[in-house]
Amino acid sequence: MSTDTGKLYLLRHRPPSEKLVDVAFKNLAVILASVVALVLFAILLVVFFGGLESMGRYGWTFLVTSDWNPVDDQYGAGAAIYGTLVTSLLSLIIAVPLGVGTAIFITENIIPRKIRNVIGLMVELLAAIPSVVLGLWAIFVMEPFIRPALELLHTLMGWLPFFSTPPMGPGTLPAVLILVVMILPIITAISRDSLNQVPPKLRQAAYGIGTTRWGAIMNVLLPAAVSGIVGGVMLALGRAMGETMAVTMIIGNSNNFSLSLLAPGNTIASMLANQFGEADGSQVSSLMYAAFVLIIMTLAVNIFAQWMVKRLSLKY
Amino acid sequence: MTFTSSARTADGRPDLAYKPNLSRNIGSRILTIIAGLFAGIAVLPLVLVLGYVLLKGASKISFTLFTELPPPPGLEGGGIGNAVIGTFVVTIIAGLVAIPVGVGGGIFLAEYSRGGSFAQFIRFGTNVLSGVPSIIAGVFIYGTIVTSRIVFGNAYSALAGGVALSILMLPTVIKTTDEGLKLVPDDLRRASLGVGASRFVTIIRITLPTAFTPIATGVVLAIARAAGETAPLIFTALFSPFWAEGVFNPIATLSVLIYNFAIMPYEAQNELAWAASFVLVAMILILNLFSRWLAQFASK
Repeated sequence: MSTDTGKLYLLRHRPPSEKLVDVAFKNLAVILASVVALVLFAILLVVFFGGLESMGRYGWTFLVTSDWNPVDDQYGAGAAIYGTLVTSLLSLIIAVPLGVGTAIFITENIIPRKIRNVIGLMVELLAAIPSVVLGLWAIFVMEPFIRPALELLHTLMGWLPFFSTPPMGPGTLPAVLILVVMILPIITAISRDSLNQVPPKLRQAAYGIGTTRWGAIMNVLLPAAVSGIVGGVMLALGRAMGETMAVTMIIGNSNNFSLSLLAPGNTIASMLANQFGEADGSQVSSLMYAAFVLIIMTLAVNIFAQWMVKRLSLKY
Repeated sequence: MTFTSSARTADGRPDLAYKPNLSRNIGSRILTIIAGLFAGIAVLPLVLVLGYVLLKGASKISFTLFTELPPPPGLEGGGIGNAVIGTFVVTIIAGLVAIPVGVGGGIFLAEYSRGGSFAQFIRFGTNVLSGVPSIIAGVFIYGTIVTSRIVFGNAYSALAGGVALSILMLPTVIKTTDEGLKLVPDDLRRASLGVGASRFVTIIRITLPTAFTPIATGVVLAIARAAGETAPLIFTALFSPFWAEGVFNPIATLSVLIYNFAIMPYEAQNELAWAASFVLVAMILILNLFSRWLAQFASK
């Protein structure tokens, strides 16, 4: 064999520059991927050290007292933490049946597929509406519209501490309602995806032994999809806790602790949005402390959600 | 064992006909109606919000709305020109930061380390970061960029606002890049590596172009979400009643304008807030529908 033809079949040696580019690109990708972890840790560190001064000064009492007095430098986030928990849990209680019910309705063959797709699209587009626009709508349209209903609630149920104050515009209950609007698309979308992923065999088997449509939904489809639905609900809870703009605009931003849902309240996020811009000194530190509490709460919910999805997923 | 169903026809065969009056069938119908009702309630907010934004916002749309500055409190007229420009500026800054970082991170996850423990950790971190409340991104940027005055001695700046938004965009871009690249068949990679292309060339010339549509869909959605965010901007980009003065100064954005003007006790400002909502919602819905079209375009 002549050397000329032999050369044709020799492996090409890569020039050093090509190898360099290859290695450099891989390292660049690794660095860019690490940015996520860096940002996450940096957020935790910045907020933790920002709030360190207040943590040292108030300790755990910060979480249960609700004085918020920049003049005397007395701070406590009890009312805001209570408001965050109450608004997010109440909105979840309303939104879960609505969202899961809607998801069932658009995954069943009750009405033609085209209409179902339109409903699905509309719920997804609702998620795209900026929360500040929902807040604007809540101030000028929703709140005046529901005020008579809230007044009726106060006159009929005023003996309950939850409805003991007359409604005066902004308040906790309107904030809960706007939160329902915001988390409904998340619950619906994730429940719909999980229901769609249930193998059709399970449904056919259920119908085959003679159950009704809702017998199949309640005893077969929902249990099979429960991991995804619970994950979606937890994600929605995290979103509701951290939701800022719409809540800030409608909740009234009062730091006085009140059991009444009709009275103005506060959440950690709305407190941050309201006061961060013009705060200084130990008020910034206290706000950072409150922000740290919010981060820990949402992180716990989110990590729990991821764990739940892994833990609860049924093996077919 | 004998067949013990009570439901039998006259000649003794089991009766298999559907009986609408059985309690379980009635219950099933009631539940169906309730589910339908819930679906109706679920779409109601979208119809109402869009309806009001159209009704109150569209009537204010005029040429001067985009060419004039917002009026001082108490005065009539004016426009939201500076806020429209500001929203574009801040969103573009966010995209310039988040898209290269996110796509690069996604390439690492999907191409270099699919199941590695570091990749799993980054995936977990991405999920956690996407759950961080948007206001926290603002607090973080306030604590780093704004208070340190790192941007040429300016505290509040468009740049700080853009970086805050990029933190919110990052998880979406990484996830969609990761998912998009995973959909590329391994045959393509093997064929490319087999004819002697390096890893770098394979990714840049083969896998990234193949996965372009799903990645673009995710990026467009992330931009749409960032354009509507307010919370990270109110104490990073702040607001400005004037035209944009470069990216190192505070800048007006549509979302912050809506927030500021909605809580003002002046009619003219409230009207402008509705007009700004209309412009913002129109922009976001167009981006959303565009991303849907991209996704459908890809599936054909």
